[in-house]
Amino acid sequence: MSVATSETPVWAHRTTLGRLLLWAGWLACVALFVWCWERMTQRTIWAFVWDAPNAAADIGNRAFPPRWSYMERLWAPLWDTINIATLGTLLGIAMAVPLAFLAASNTTPSRLILRPFALFIIVASRSINSLIWALLLVSILGPGILAGILAIALRSIGFIGKLLYEAIEETDINQVEAITATGASQGQILTYGIVPQVLPAFYGISVFRWDINIRESAILGLVGAGGIGAQLNSSLNMLAWPQVSLIILVILGTVIVSEWVSARVRHAII
Amino acid sequence: MSAAYPTNWRKPPQMIQSRGWRIALAIGAVVYLVLAIGTVEVNWARVIAGMERGQRFIAGFVQPDFTTRWRDISNGLMESLTMTFTSTVIGVLISVPIGVGAARNVAPAWIYYICRSIIAASRALQEIIVAIFFVALFGFGAFAGFLTLTFATIGFIGKLLAEDIEDIDEAQAEAIRATGASWLQLINYAIQPQVMPRLIGLSLYRLDINFRESAVIGIVGAGGIGAALNTSLSRYEYSSAGAILLIIIAIVMMAEYSSGFLRKWVK
Repeated sequence: MSVATSETPVWAHRTTLGRLLLWAGWLACVALFVWCWERMTQRTIWAFVWDAPNAAADIGNRAFPPRWSYMERLWAPLWDTINIATLGTLLGIAMAVPLAFLAASNTTPSRLILRPFALFIIVASRSINSLIWALLLVSILGPGILAGILAIALRSIGFIGKLLYEAIEETDINQVEAITATGASQGQILTYGIVPQVLPAFYGISVFRWDINIRESAILGLVGAGGIGAQLNSSLNMLAWPQVSLIILVILGTVIVSEWVSARVRHAII
Repeated sequence: MSAAYPTNWRKPPQMIQSRGWRIALAIGAVVYLVLAIGTVEVNWARVIAGMERGQRFIAGFVQPDFTTRWRDISNGLMESLTMTFTSTVIGVLISVPIGVGAARNVAPAWIYYICRSIIAASRALQEIIVAIFFVALFGFGAFAGFLTLTFATIGFIGKLLAEDIEDIDEAQAEAIRATGASWLQLINYAIQPQVMPRLIGLSLYRLDINFRESAVIGIVGAGGIGAALNTSLSRYEYSSAGAILLIIIAIVMMAEYSSGFLRKWVK
């Protein structure tokens, strides 16, 4: 071991400066974390936090045998939830597809005006969660399924639009050139050159979004946008924990089934 | 062969080859649509009354009011940002061992099943439902939000990290194993260098998601900017709500661009 003296420097992964910078970076991260933690817990009431295990045990005891008889009043909201997700997805697709063609750099009619506009709509729709859309729409349209459908649709635009325009941009240019060489019009190039290439991706994205939308529509009722979340909200307000546990089991079951369906469909397509 | 050469061409169906299935699916879709649209009850009087509010909301979005509720907004924003950062850090720290445990090629079977079930539980429950429970347990405020986001982060990072570890190049792991390395050394020298860039990328992505979610869980009382948004909407102060939404959009866009840039740099 003593062979490695001054003339043969020991191998190291990084230079001294590199190591110093790395340490400084980590130190800054830790400092930021500590500061954030202090800021965040300023207004935390620790008595509640230490009491949480007791509270959890208490709620668990009250919720444990779910009230199975409540199920008969859940079928209608469950049907509403599925409708919100499905109709919302369809509406979202109807709005997202034209936007995706406007946003993809190889199909957009104008790069300077329409493309940034379409991209902005896609980003804006993606940054606002469907629950916030629902909150807005409920205050505008009043409570009900319609607000839920529109909320789901508005949120889906960004998701479907983004993935679809990326798929359009990745299409094989050779096929488009071949169609163009036959003297096809712009519309024919789209239908025969580009659409067949993105169709599998399109179905995959739509089914995937539908699966996510089932999850999201289950909770939209919390802000009054219809579906099973409304039942959840009223049970929570009444502190009817056996009903809450049953509703959560139903939501979990629906989510698992929709995930299974979407996985099967995507597997069959791709 | 005896048939005349076809002179016209019809585009073949791309997805479903059998004609019967196509017709059946189309009929099923129409029946479903009729049934589903039938359940949508629209109270047109309410919608028309709401149009005026919609206009005020759009006006508020065009002319956002940052000043009147600036104290609420800045407090909420601060809470959201601190909650986002702390929950991502803690969530990633917890999810690394769970992700390693949930990778079939490095963990024994019993640990694998425990870790996979933790991940499944975290992924199956939506943030909002988890937030409702944590608010009931830990009281209102950012701490409940922090716990919710941490819990959600564990499922997300844990699952993707585990899949990544399962996909590594086995040759490198075998080479390290051949030197007589212990399990920890195997993780440190064979697995970690292969998954680190992706782990950093995933953490940045999750930071981005956590911020978006932090805007939502405030609605059920878990602190953050969602609480401010909920208050301003229930007071019908659309110009403040517009300002909050614009801030959220701006931060999400910034986070998206910078995390995309950072991820490229890490690679």
